[in-house]
Amino acid sequence: MLAAVEYGGPWELPPVNELFEFEPFLFADTLLAFNRVALLTLFASLLAGLLFVIAFRKPKVVPGRLQSACEAIVEFIREQIAVQVMGADGHRWVPLLTTIFMFVWINNLFEVVPFINFPPTSRMALPAFLAVMVYILFIGVGIKAQGFGGYFKSTLFPPGAPKALYILLTPIELISNFVARPLTLAVRLFANLLAGHIILTLIFITIHAFLTVPPLTDFSIGFPIGVVALAAAPLLIGFELVVGLLQAYIFTILTAVYIGGSLHPEH
Amino acid sequence: MEGDIGSIGAGLVYGLGAIGPGIGLGFLIGKAIEAMARQPEAAGMVRTTMFLGIAFVEALALFGFVLSFIV
Repeated sequence: MLAAVEYGGPWELPPVNELFEFEPFLFADTLLAFNRVALLTLFASLLAGLLFVIAFRKPKVVPGRLQSACEAIVEFIREQIAVQVMGADGHRWVPLLTTIFMFVWINNLFEVVPFINFPPTSRMALPAFLAVMVYILFIGVGIKAQGFGGYFKSTLFPPGAPKALYILLTPIELISNFVARPLTLAVRLFANLLAGHIILTLIFITIHAFLTVPPLTDFSIGFPIGVVALAAAPLLIGFELVVGLLQAYIFTILTAVYIGGSLHPEH
Repeated sequence: MEGDIGSIGAGLVYGLGAIGPGIGLGFLIGKAIEAMARQPEAAGMVRTTMFLGIAFVEALALFGFVLSFIV
């Protein structure tokens, strides 16, 4: 767009989809079409795996810096998420929760990493896949822990309510447990990263346009806007770093809450 | 994006959809801070629950955000 303006083209913003769609460069036009998003996703899982393999390859009693950093992550997930939400059962779920947390977090971090600048989690496919995985998991765990009938009975007919109230309660529970849960889980992660990516793109375009493209850099028109945007950019990047970490944390803690809810029915 | 009525609608969807969650987040975080100030020893538990609550309230605002692209 800016290139067009610099050569005298018209001012118009491209459709928002252009920020999120990439041409496949391998196996195009097949089911396995491979584009930049898929490459980044693979890279993220590789990075998370390698980080932990290197950190814990030769564990020492007095940990080095990398080992203590990774230990801090695992301990945070064990104490603050798994045990706090699920009680003593949480220890079994720490590996899964750590995997989900690191995968989502690294994917979110790609939003602000220079020269990558694209979070794969801002494409619906990745959050939707993770949400479907969690959905199948917590239903499966519930059926395994309470039996098929027991799980659906305790979920759809929570004990302790008057009989007549179930006419109202059961549809609400049905929708909130089996429709809204996976939907919100996916949409929350997706929309946060989508919004973050759009905001960062807009602020970078603003800086570039008002500080370098000639007709706009006139002091009375655009220069102050460019300076304000330049000052705001580091703050926004910091904000997006916090959002990325927070969304990974929330995704993990909600996974723990859903699994914990399937393990222990409400009394 | 031409200046048709649809773009105004999309803006309204997000703007109106953000009001409720905004009020909700204000109440939620305010009350959580109040609880943490009253009982600092329960801060960890309050914080975890607060983030959970934020996640649920925020989802409503984000539905509005996503819907504004669909509308």
